[in-house]
Amino acid sequence: MTTLTKQTLSHLDWLEAEAIHIMREVAGQCANPVLLFSGGKDSICMLRIAEKAFRPGRFPFPLMHIDTGHNYQEVVEFRDKRAAELGERLIVRSVEDSMKRGTVVLKHEGESRNKHQSVTLLEAIEEFGFDCCIGGARRDEEKARAKERIMSFRDEFGQWDPKNQRPELWNLYNARAHKGENIRAFPISNWTEMDVWQYIEREGLELPSIYFAHTRPVVMRQGAIVPVNVPLVSGELTNLPKAGEEIIDLQVRFRTVGDISCTAPVESDADTVEKIVLETATTTITERGATRLDDQTSEASMEQRKKEGYF
Amino acid sequence: MSAPEKIEDHGLLRFLTCGSVDDGKSTLIGRLLFDTKTILADTLSAIERTSQKRGMEAVDLSLLTDGLQAEREQGITIDVAYRYFSTGTRKYIIADAPGHEQYTRNMVTAASTANLAIILVDARKGVLTQTRRHSYLAHLVNIPHLLVAVNKMDLVNYDQAVFEKIKADYLAFAAQLGIEDVRFIPLSALNGDMVVDRGEALSWYKGPTLLEILEAAPGAHSEQAEAFRFPVQFVCRPQDSANPELHDYRGFMGRVESGELAVGEAVTVLPSGRETRVKDIQIGGQSIPAAVSEQSVTLLLEDEIDISRGDMIVRSAAQPQVVKQIDTTVCWLAETPLDRARTYLIRHTTREVKAKVASIDYRVDVNTLEQQATDKLQMNDIARVSFKLAQPLFIDPYSQNRATGAFIVIDESTNNTIGAGMIG
Repeated sequence: MTTLTKQTLSHLDWLEAEAIHIMREVAGQCANPVLLFSGGKDSICMLRIAEKAFRPGRFPFPLMHIDTGHNYQEVVEFRDKRAAELGERLIVRSVEDSMKRGTVVLKHEGESRNKHQSVTLLEAIEEFGFDCCIGGARRDEEKARAKERIMSFRDEFGQWDPKNQRPELWNLYNARAHKGENIRAFPISNWTEMDVWQYIEREGLELPSIYFAHTRPVVMRQGAIVPVNVPLVSGELTNLPKAGEEIIDLQVRFRTVGDISCTAPVESDADTVEKIVLETATTTITERGATRLDDQTSEASMEQRKKEGYF
Repeated sequence: MSAPEKIEDHGLLRFLTCGSVDDGKSTLIGRLLFDTKTILADTLSAIERTSQKRGMEAVDLSLLTDGLQAEREQGITIDVAYRYFSTGTRKYIIADAPGHEQYTRNMVTAASTANLAIILVDARKGVLTQTRRHSYLAHLVNIPHLLVAVNKMDLVNYDQAVFEKIKADYLAFAAQLGIEDVRFIPLSALNGDMVVDRGEALSWYKGPTLLEILEAAPGAHSEQAEAFRFPVQFVCRPQDSANPELHDYRGFMGRVESGELAVGEAVTVLPSGRETRVKDIQIGGQSIPAAVSEQSVTLLLEDEIDISRGDMIVRSAAQPQVVKQIDTTVCWLAETPLDRARTYLIRHTTREVKAKVASIDYRVDVNTLEQQATDKLQMNDIARVSFKLAQPLFIDPYSQNRATGAFIVIDESTNNTIGAGMIG
């Protein structure tokens, strides 16, 4: 066995090139794709990849966000600003509209709206006739994602059947779908949390401020740090503390951002990307383990949600 | 918290692990992830709980690669899983393929993107039928580097003679297959000997540890200079741009599947055969002087030539073959058998053509490697098949170029990927 001789791409260059290739395959194979953009760090990387893939042309797809109505204000503002800077079309569809239509019914008012995004997403897919949704999910996030395809096939009901996925060989992706069926494409499948942060550092990408260490009121609930009294875009406060809970001001940052009711921050003093890269290199807790309250419900909860049409 | 040193980036290595549960494959992957500190505390405590629940004394590292609920219920792995770890100098992607005979298609899938295969052998059992099957498939898919890991050395008292015997047995049949680049390593995934750390028990083995071998393995698929191949994925024509300079912009977007290209070089566009020169190479609208293998770029050409998705740009001096019939080795992936009467779609690079079976020469028994006459293909079959094509493809033999030698077969009625093929 020979040792390293031939010049190869650095791991970030390779991951970027693969992601560009996947996005261009979507553009080449699908008639009406859409890129899901939440304002979170993974989808921010996706926008940079789309720029590298398609500039100086426009993106061959609009951006879309499924807004639960319980998103951090900073992230929503960032989402709108970034889409405007890029000059690309942003579609926002809201879980609250699905609730008004009666297609989403919460078990109780405080129930996390995260899983209900699936309903609104499927409604939006139907409304616009999208044949492919490009998402920023990664295989390292969760074990139900470890076996996910780059081009994941969903039936007419948006369902993911892990036993009925197309084999993916070499870099020959099959994004064909009949009318009503849907492909979910994941260009950064092979990235880890560390790769994402290293890419953000290398590209100098701007992020919503809540990714960086800041002080906010929280309570400790079942071992997790739960942010409280969080202002919504409307100005209304959400995540009110329960009776008897002690509010403390803690220096925290978010490793993932999503619906306020199910995203918890970690204690941190990392206030720059460089410090976050360092912290990520030495952390002892997984990204979702630390911060996603929804994944802990059952060992298979991500798998279950994906079967129901979730990303 | 100490800052990690800035170290050289050795890029990325994709490798495949093959073996059955009994070989300790999951334990080996668990060991690699654990000893490279990829496993974080919450994951570890989850598998500690499960290990205790199942009445085990030590933490069962194989639980780290436990997959879907559907699989856990059946207690078997049914699909390829991808795992990641990094050493600081290099990032690794492991394709974890189930080893059972019924899953030939999964192993071929996992192998298609790997540049190195670890073939696990149980030290107590030696070279088995499945070892031959895994080696044959790894060789068939042209994985350039094979590593035979003789695992469970702890159960044979770390006996060097056992290791040497397995090595000799393996080399004897590897020679029949034409496998040249193969290495051997004794290890105990359970105890961690020779995986990341050397341990004490295998002091007679002087070679590198498993991780040292991975760190030094070439990341590129081929060490030889390959011909430049650029299948066009997408054409960028921003005519409606506010910037008048872009009105004549025609960018041909794709990935350099092999070889290199610099601005100014003479290229030929297939199928038209038109020649021109490279005016510019860009990423995201920014010019770069040259493009290397696996890089996704945009090419701008001197002359205005009609080019669309499915065309291929190549260096004029080294062109692929343009053919309307291909002789191939196919792995059948679908539960529905191949139907000789039907027309299928072949996807090769970014090109799709209609195809019909011209002949099936024989199928290969993956256990005995015996060639058997057949006129149909079932799931997991490997066979020699010739196809007639409605339009030409631009090909190289798979042994020379993975990207222009590989294709998939698609069933247009279901859109499923039903076969995988290698030309030549």
